Amino acid sequence: MDLAASILEGNRLALARALSLIENDTPDGRSVLGKLFPHTGRAHLIGITGAPGTGKSSLVNQLAHSFRLPPVGADPCTVAIVAVDPSSPFSGGALLGDRIRMRDLAGDPGVFIRSMASRGSLGGLAATTSSIVQLFDAAGYDLIMIETVGVGQAEVDIARLAHTTLVVEAPGLGDDIQAIKAGILEIADILVVNKADRPGVENTERALRSMLDLAQKPETAWIPPICRTVATQGAGIADLIAAIRQHRKHLHHSGEWQQRDRTRLRAELELILRETLVSRWRQTITEADFQRAINHLVERRLSPHQAVESLLNGGKP
Amino acid sequence: MSERKIRVIVAKPGLDGHDRGAKVVARALRDAGMEVIYTGLRQTPEMIAEAALQEDVDAVGLSIHSGAHMALIPPILELLKANGQEHVKVFVGGIIPDEDIHSLLEIGVAGVYGPGSKTETIIQDIRTAVLGSTT
Repeated sequence: MDLAASILEGNRLALARALSLIENDTPDGRSVLGKLFPHTGRAHLIGITGAPGTGKSSLVNQLAHSFRLPPVGADPCTVAIVAVDPSSPFSGGALLGDRIRMRDLAGDPGVFIRSMASRGSLGGLAATTSSIVQLFDAAGYDLIMIETVGVGQAEVDIARLAHTTLVVEAPGLGDDIQAIKAGILEIADILVVNKADRPGVENTERALRSMLDLAQKPETAWIPPICRTVATQGAGIADLIAAIRQHRKHLHHSGEWQQRDRTRLRAELELILRETLVSRWRQTITEADFQRAINHLVERRLSPHQAVESLLNGGKP
Repeated sequence: MSERKIRVIVAKPGLDGHDRGAKVVARALRDAGMEVIYTGLRQTPEMIAEAALQEDVDAVGLSIHSGAHMALIPPILELLKANGQEHVKVFVGGIIPDEDIHSLLEIGVAGVYGPGSKTETIIQDIRTAVLGSTT
């Protein structure tokens, strides 16, 4: 049976297989995604980022658990989790350990957890993470949580991909200048101070609060709330979920939901265009010409910009 | 298109807490270029099979020091098969008596590794089993 059709019917093995095909950027993977793309655009994408050890995985575990067992009156959502961990730059291997903290979710057919290695990509996500998210979206998951690599200062990619970005902090991880450097204000829709039972939580929250107060924003703009949580005990999770729902409502009311969708698709289009153009162009040029250009650089006869110019003008430096 | 990455789950089914061996093997497989999903302690057969499905792994590595291997491993093999993942290779490490090793290999376990096993052997065996089966 056709892989795309099986996925739409809710076949988990087909979904798992297709995720691998897409992760490996195979022609089959592209074809499945091509068939399923019309079914995307419905899920709420929630990004979770922050420094290593702030408790991102435990928080994702608690959030997914609560979304699955909502208070009376609310519908449970199906949840997909994409957890990205770093690949070793030396061996290309990876140790993906996010599932350790997600034991509570085992046995729930409404949850699908997929671990991803970053495979050399910087910025906290893997190159194919957005395609993986699209597949989960098409498969009908209501909520997709994307947990980034614990990088700390370069998580712009996640803000571009997600509708709602949670930046997770913990007490005792550096002063307010660190927070400003990391550009949290620019990307955070919700600030989470996790491990809030630890000493120093007031200082952390005050530093974040004063940063927020300094930001110049129009009156109608979303002001990121600060939520205190203790993920290992489930404390503060209900408030955090309320904040996530509030943000979703804000996105719909302000029209930002469509805007973000457009921005995201534009970024993806540009990226794929760039990659495709480069790989097509590389096929038109011989390895010898390419090596000759590098030789000219090494001998300092051409600057990198001049070398590119001459390669593009017929490939004869 | 990127090269084929071998994906492996390393899990500890059952109740013993001795995870040093599992961590050493997980680290060695990572250093050999594999993507290792480490799921931690006290996993039930159902949890392991579910993780194997969601992660679409090529192999499952089980570390057992409790003596409960004959109770834990057959259900894992059955669940993998029931989920349509009979192609997934299962490797076992830990304290396993000789007579049980034979029974395990007979029911479909791809390899059993006792104390003193070399990580190079395990890496090579996984590569052969996985890449040999997909060509």
